[in-house]
Amino acid sequence: MSMSSREITYGEAVREAIAEEMRLDDSVFFMGEDVAVAGGVFKVTVGLLDEFGPGRVLDTPISEAGIMGTGVGAALTGMRPIVEIMFGDFIPIAMDQIVNQAAKMCYMTGGQAKVPLTIRTTIGAGRSSAAQHSQSLHAWLAHIPGIKVAIPSTPADLKGLLKTAIRDDNPTVIYEDKMMYSLKGDVPEGDDFTIPFGVADIKRVGTDVSLVATSSMVHTALNAAKILEKEGISVEVVDPRSLSPLDKDTIIQSVIKTSRAVVIDEAYQSYGITGELASIIHDEAFDYLDAPVKRIGAMDVPVPFSPGLEPSTIPDEEKIVKTVQSLFRDV
Amino acid sequence: MSDSLELIQISSDENTLSLPPELCHKMYEKMVTIRRYEEAVLEVYTQGLMRGLAHLYIGQEASAVGICSALNDDDYLTSTHRGHGHLIAKGGKVDRMMAEMMGKVDGYNRGKGGTMHIADMSLGILGANGIVAGGMGMATGAGLSAKMRGTQQVAVCFFGDGAMNQGAFLETANIASIWDLPVLFVCENNHYGEYTSAKAITAVKEHLAERAAGFDMPAMVVDGNDTVAVYETAKKMVDRARSGEGPCFIENKTYRYHGHHVGDGDPEKTYRTQEETDMWKAKDPIPRFSRRMLKAGMASEEELKKIDEQIKQQVQDAVEFAKQSPYPAADEVTDHVYV
Repeated sequence: MSMSSREITYGEAVREAIAEEMRLDDSVFFMGEDVAVAGGVFKVTVGLLDEFGPGRVLDTPISEAGIMGTGVGAALTGMRPIVEIMFGDFIPIAMDQIVNQAAKMCYMTGGQAKVPLTIRTTIGAGRSSAAQHSQSLHAWLAHIPGIKVAIPSTPADLKGLLKTAIRDDNPTVIYEDKMMYSLKGDVPEGDDFTIPFGVADIKRVGTDVSLVATSSMVHTALNAAKILEKEGISVEVVDPRSLSPLDKDTIIQSVIKTSRAVVIDEAYQSYGITGELASIIHDEAFDYLDAPVKRIGAMDVPVPFSPGLEPSTIPDEEKIVKTVQSLFRDV
Repeated sequence: MSDSLELIQISSDENTLSLPPELCHKMYEKMVTIRRYEEAVLEVYTQGLMRGLAHLYIGQEASAVGICSALNDDDYLTSTHRGHGHLIAKGGKVDRMMAEMMGKVDGYNRGKGGTMHIADMSLGILGANGIVAGGMGMATGAGLSAKMRGTQQVAVCFFGDGAMNQGAFLETANIASIWDLPVLFVCENNHYGEYTSAKAITAVKEHLAERAAGFDMPAMVVDGNDTVAVYETAKKMVDRARSGEGPCFIENKTYRYHGHHVGDGDPEKTYRTQEETDMWKAKDPIPRFSRRMLKAGMASEEELKKIDEQIKQQVQDAVEFAKQSPYPAADEVTDHVYV
């Protein structure tokens, strides 16, 4: 890699990706609630209005279905909109436009229509924002054929995947963990840096167990790996980076190597990403497993407000460590 | 037109016809094509050659034809579950439509969409839609796109009285208005949302267009069976939208002669009266328009009869084309999920 890099935050990665793609392509524009004058509720889009003006960075009414529908229509007719939905909990308000319209247009029209729409939204608990501003609902859209879904865990992954999403001719969704906007990381220089969808990343190499983790859970898994290392357990951390398409091969190869797997995701555990990933591992690596695949997701309760309750609902290092230890108990 | 709070009611003088003869011939042909096409759909559906849901447009022809005759080829439209008329009026080919409705590979969507999803992107037809009010966002976005690209294109959003009670209407009418987007919201009030009277479920004093006045846009109530009135209204509003003055709302009052969809029983035995249907049939848009053409000396009875015969043949050929076309190959099922 001859590319030089520098350290920026997860939030700055969003801003850089949008700004670079808007400079490269006049058909790219950005709209959402409070994104222009205020620079977004998380302040990650500050400065875009100044550079690109109100014709390309648009504050919208608080109308998630209307904004999303407008994005679909603009995408169908030659533009490449980036639509921000402030909290992923508000995606359900725009669900018809995403699921019944954007995701279906190419297929239903026999390939005539394309919808190069990029949706940015947030996931993640931990801010005492209670049950309507803290959910991780990414499985809902990963369930729908016709949409691509990415869930980046680092500034570099976020920037590279968001740029790829903006250039993609399909509807794409980027789920950003709102707790990570100030997380720092090295990001390669240059506006030609992108990361393809469907390519997982080994965030830590190990030999005894594979932790397949998404978004903020990648960092929780990396912390757990340090604790387990002291006990002599060598942990590999696999970050799928995109859920649709999914890089099954990298996950399966890791599990074949380590023979144990724990799947970790911050969404509700039932009927979610962890169930899908565990099932894939069972189907394709069963003969190599020395222990059952374990799943760790958020507790199946609405995310509580109280700082005394909220942390217990989210997977943490301790839970991961205990789960991994349980896989070695009988060996 | 400038005072959006004043509801404008529009009909034309039945004794005159001052539109160009060429335009009138075109509009007559389109309306007859829609009527014959829908009759053919009813026939092949009843014969078991068509599956799914077929929502007939018969009775509402003046609305689609009056509006679409004011558009250019590169203008956009979004349609509804009752969309066949809009597609034909915008230039859709009846053979490819019929093939699509039979699920055949020569259909507009290679058989993957069917009656409720026919699209022709090359004609700006962004698709019929199976969700009530589902196309409103698309039309608004197409308007935004046209404005951003500086193309002078307009977008027409067709919907029915039922869509007036969807949240999408409020959201997109507001967006189109604050950004002065070139969008014509065209409500085809056929007085029934499926099997329920619009009156019974819609809080307005008299007209659906009353609501649009609240979005700071011109709102018009038009005799939707008067082809000339619909066309003249559309023409004014299209010109207005092209010049950057923003969206409008047109309520075309009309009526569907058949039920909600083919095979769902006799409406006159359940949710509406024979008297009401007869009253609307007396206002049938096609003879109303052809009488004016004859009176204005634009055509003779024989000429119109000849046109009718040609269209009948064209629709028969479309049915034959659709019957002959094969189903898509099995491996097409996974094509087009993604670009």
